[in-house]
Amino acid sequence: MIRKLVLFIGDPANSKKVKKIGIAMLIVTFISDFFVHREHVHYIWDRIPGWGALYGFVSCVIIILASKFYGHQCRIMRDEDYYND
Amino acid sequence: MTEWIHPSVFYIPGAFLLPFLRGRMQKAGMLLIPLLGTAAMYLMMHLPHGTYWTWNFLGQSMIFGSVDKLSIVFGWVFVIMSFIGMVYALHVDDAGQHVAALLYVGGSLGVTFSGDYLTLFIFWELMAFSSAYLVFARREPEAIRAGFRYILVHAFGGVCLLGGVVLHYLNGGSMLVGPLEQDGSLAFYMMLIGVIINAAVPPLHAWLTDAYPEGTVTGSVFMSAFTTKTAVYVLVRVFPGTELLVYLGTIMALYGVVYAVLENDARRLLAYHIVSQVGYMVTGVGIGTEMSLNGSVSHAFAHILYKGLLFMGAGAVIHMTGRRKLTELGGLYRTMPITLVLYMIGGFAISAFPLFSGFVTKSMVVAAASADHRPLVALLLTMASSGTFLHTGLKLPYYMFFGKDSGLEAKEPPANMIWGMSIAAFLCIAIGCFPKPLYDLLPFPVDFDPYTGDHVTSALGILLFTGLGFFMLLKKLDPEPTISIDTDWFYRKGSRVFMWVASRPVAKTDTYIGDIYKTWFSRFILFFSDILARIMDVRGIDGAVNGIANLFLAASRWMRTTTTGFVRQYAATMLIAGIVILGYYLFSTLMSL
Repeated sequence: MIRKLVLFIGDPANSKKVKKIGIAMLIVTFISDFFVHREHVHYIWDRIPGWGALYGFVSCVIIILASKFYGHQCRIMRDEDYYND
Repeated sequence: MTEWIHPSVFYIPGAFLLPFLRGRMQKAGMLLIPLLGTAAMYLMMHLPHGTYWTWNFLGQSMIFGSVDKLSIVFGWVFVIMSFIGMVYALHVDDAGQHVAALLYVGGSLGVTFSGDYLTLFIFWELMAFSSAYLVFARREPEAIRAGFRYILVHAFGGVCLLGGVVLHYLNGGSMLVGPLEQDGSLAFYMMLIGVIINAAVPPLHAWLTDAYPEGTVTGSVFMSAFTTKTAVYVLVRVFPGTELLVYLGTIMALYGVVYAVLENDARRLLAYHIVSQVGYMVTGVGIGTEMSLNGSVSHAFAHILYKGLLFMGAGAVIHMTGRRKLTELGGLYRTMPITLVLYMIGGFAISAFPLFSGFVTKSMVVAAASADHRPLVALLLTMASSGTFLHTGLKLPYYMFFGKDSGLEAKEPPANMIWGMSIAAFLCIAIGCFPKPLYDLLPFPVDFDPYTGDHVTSALGILLFTGLGFFMLLKKLDPEPTISIDTDWFYRKGSRVFMWVASRPVAKTDTYIGDIYKTWFSRFILFFSDILARIMDVRGIDGAVNGIANLFLAASRWMRTTTTGFVRQYAATMLIAGIVILGYYLFSTLMSL
């Protein structure tokens, strides 16, 4: 069963179906955040429905772009034989 | 009544017995030792808290069994992980590695139950040296070099810790392990540095990401579990509420995430996420409330299991393919689906997906930061969890198992490796679904329910929309065949600066002084000895020797003329000599009268 599931997800022929399932999950998650009862309200953003989704997406983009900028522009990434090991 | 038994009594002597066993007996021993350790932990649950096994050594009491809730929860996870690690390593036919791993676990348990700093330090050093062997055991030149760097950093950390302990004691402090007074003294900071080196707090973290990818496949699983978490234990015990740790921990959580974006080596990427995850624990220690300390301890517990699982998964791929770089891997989902699924369970657990262990532990630290009115810390830690899913849950499995097909002919790893991963995966899900047994083990009463509606939806929102960002920026994330400069640059390149200083300026000065010596000093000596030769030798000594020789020569020439060969002349000479002697005798006798 597990093997079949993995092979289904991995097969490029199913990529459209997998994409659709993924988008459906995103929508369900986003919408459901509007309907839950808010218990842990410490700060203003805890009141905003869909805050998690927004913050997650923005965080992901910031992390990727900032890290690559740091790696390339600050000369952090070097050739593999940099230390001559 | 049952006696208290230190679990290390099975690990440390057991380690030395193991090389004498062969084949199946050795494998049985490898499993029996952690099982006996687990039994010792089980017995401990039924004994009252307090101190056991105290030994007086040179007027200093060494306490081997200091038992309370905090040491018990760490003791439990250490014995569980040692069993999982041993199952995973069963197929390895290298007794040295197993001995080192068992001593390493024994050291960690020794630190956990030590009641005084002297005992703690001894086990601390046992951990450092036994774990270094797990790097050396790969026997590749780069592993040997990394092993030497590893042991040097830990020796430095150990010296800092010991120095701090000695200063603390001389300042009138107690040798008993307990919260230190935050007086900003040198002793306090030296001990803190000694411990945060082992916790891999930047900028003192580079030993971890340097050494863990170089260890053996099975050895790195142990390494990922024990050193940093033992350090977290000591931080919780000795440094709760140290404000500095809040900032260091938050920086740590993001630091690991940033480097993981750049990383191409699978196990180094995971190692950067140890730095990131230990950041949550260090932050929790820094906040110092009951809830945050509970969060640190429970996150350490969950982390040991899921990080072990992730290292086992990546290790299985390395074991089967011989490749470790993401640029050289890909498309393995067809041949290694079980490994992929087990790895993903670890990935979901570290990312704090609901129903997985990270969700019930990591969120406790973030909630504690919120409750302690630290909004920025809470926001940055949440950002780091997005990064965690991005790398260990998406980037690494995508490029390892899916993505561009590398055409590698891999198959599933040996059964014992699958079993080791399965036990860890089972525990990751079990803790996530039923957190109560873990919460009951924590040092303080738990008043925290992770499964509230808003918490579940916001966590899912953060993670799934991170996934959206990942697929949108997929091209940006393609691994590059590079290495990233980290703070180990200072001692890797720094040692070269040292060597340059030694070979250039020092050697040059040496040559210069040598030249001065040769040209001036030697010349003066030669000149002086020349004078000595001319005056003393030729005139003085030679003259004296020659003069004496000439005298004897002349005397012997004269003596030669007296030997004529005629008996009469000899007789006459003897007679004259007799008269002279007799005459002299008579004369002297008469004169004395």
